[in-house]
Amino acid sequence: MLKVVNLTVIRDGREILKNVNLEMHAAEIHLLLGVNGSGKTTLAQAIMGIYSYEGNIFFEGKNIDSLSVWERARLGITLAFQEPARFEGLLVKDYLMISARNKSMGNLENVIKMVGLPRSILFHEIGENLSGGERKRIELAAVILMQPKLAILDEPDSGIDMLSFKLISEVIKKMKELGTGVLLITHSEDMIDIADTATILCSGKVIASGPRDEVKKLFKYSPCPLKR
Amino acid sequence: MDEIIKKEFESLVKYYESSGGNSRALFSKDYASMVINGNRVLAKNSTRGILISTRRIKDGVSAKIVIKEGFRTKYPVHLCFGMLPREGKQRIKTKIIAGAGSDVKFVAHCIFPNAQKIEHVMDAEVFVGKDAKIEYEETHYHGKSGGVIVIPKTRAYVEEGGEYTSSFVVKSGRAGLINIDFEVHLSNRAKSTLISKIYGKEDDEIRARESIILEGDYSVGLIKTRMALKDRARSRVIGKTIGLGNYSRGHVDCTEIIMDDAYAEASPVVIAKNPRAKVTHEAAIGSVDKKQLITLMARGLSEEQAIEIIVQGLLK
Repeated sequence: MLKVVNLTVIRDGREILKNVNLEMHAAEIHLLLGVNGSGKTTLAQAIMGIYSYEGNIFFEGKNIDSLSVWERARLGITLAFQEPARFEGLLVKDYLMISARNKSMGNLENVIKMVGLPRSILFHEIGENLSGGERKRIELAAVILMQPKLAILDEPDSGIDMLSFKLISEVIKKMKELGTGVLLITHSEDMIDIADTATILCSGKVIASGPRDEVKKLFKYSPCPLKR
Repeated sequence: MDEIIKKEFESLVKYYESSGGNSRALFSKDYASMVINGNRVLAKNSTRGILISTRRIKDGVSAKIVIKEGFRTKYPVHLCFGMLPREGKQRIKTKIIAGAGSDVKFVAHCIFPNAQKIEHVMDAEVFVGKDAKIEYEETHYHGKSGGVIVIPKTRAYVEEGGEYTSSFVVKSGRAGLINIDFEVHLSNRAKSTLISKIYGKEDDEIRARESIILEGDYSVGLIKTRMALKDRARSRVIGKTIGLGNYSRGHVDCTEIIMDDAYAEASPVVIAKNPRAKVTHEAAIGSVDKKQLITLMARGLSEEQAIEIIVQGLLK
């Protein structure tokens, strides 16, 4: 479904990603592991079309290099930021409606329940009054409602408690069951057990990629042996 | 109602409805209401606790609205000020007197659908009695030509424990030239919130001077300005709060989004003349937040659609 070929990203004269190759299949959970600063977020945002890059990205066999963010979204790719944006004046339900394919209130209520939030939150504003954890779950709900083919989730597990961690893991598994491929970015090896495959990024380069257990061993032993 | 007035009334009501107004309120005896087209009063309705009187003045209309002491109602007062012709000047002088302990909401719509050279001057005095509460919500619906000059001026005086909230909204059509001049004086424990939300386009020009004078002890004031400007629109905003009373609290909060060749200038002014007063401010002017924009685009909205949602949210 997704094929990244020799991807290089240069920002402010610095090579953030160098010749990265990555492949993932439909409805697969692929974990992108790496220590801080390894280039995970840059790769995610390049796939979404936020950063320009050298190399090629193919989605369902089609070269998407020339497509903008929203054109890629309309093909079925979406991204949830590590720190979700806040929107003044926009209610949670209105925000979710933007993404939702099935725009019925019943569907919104089901999904908001699935991510462990109360129905009443639908009528809150996505402003300063929601906690970071609530925003992350709302973002996850927006992604589920969009029913994308590929969801890129940037550290949905950062800054959340253990209970929410388990819930988010369950939701990601559910997304897979519903046919969504998930590119999951994390530097937590605890998330690895829900993945099918994984890739380790280190100093902007892929140092391992393959079945999760093999990559897990390597990550535990040496998460980033390369120096920038 | 003579035939000409009836026709004008019906036309205005049609625009009032299409601009989101509740036209049923203009026909119901439960709602106090007033409808003015140009400088002619087309209809008015007083209720048990709200008395509305009007008279012609040299170049406009003078209206007095008196809310009886202790009168509280769930039915808002509906005001509809319109100018249906393309050109002309409307001047409305209003005096609102809210008796002690009363609690009333006003919903005002100002409608200039065909404006090419219209001037709308609103000169209001508001007296909020002890422990009374007035909420005044004014929404403008201008045409697309931008030929409107709007000059709203309000002086409000809020007695002990009273509360005055005003919101002034221009979101649809062209803003034209808007020159706001609001000033509120607060006594002990009185509160006030002044909200302005305006969308400027093409060569619209918006000037706003909003002040809250915290005269009383424990008085609280908030000036909240939200603007979005695109094309060559310009804005100059001064939000001013002066802390005079003991433990008075004032805050000025201005956020503006600018796009294209627009120009925005915001000057929050905070003055304290009492060491026990606290006055604060925040002002932010900038382009559309990139993270908000990308988040919406990653859900499949085009850049234009995403900007519109962000702007409408800010002005909501």
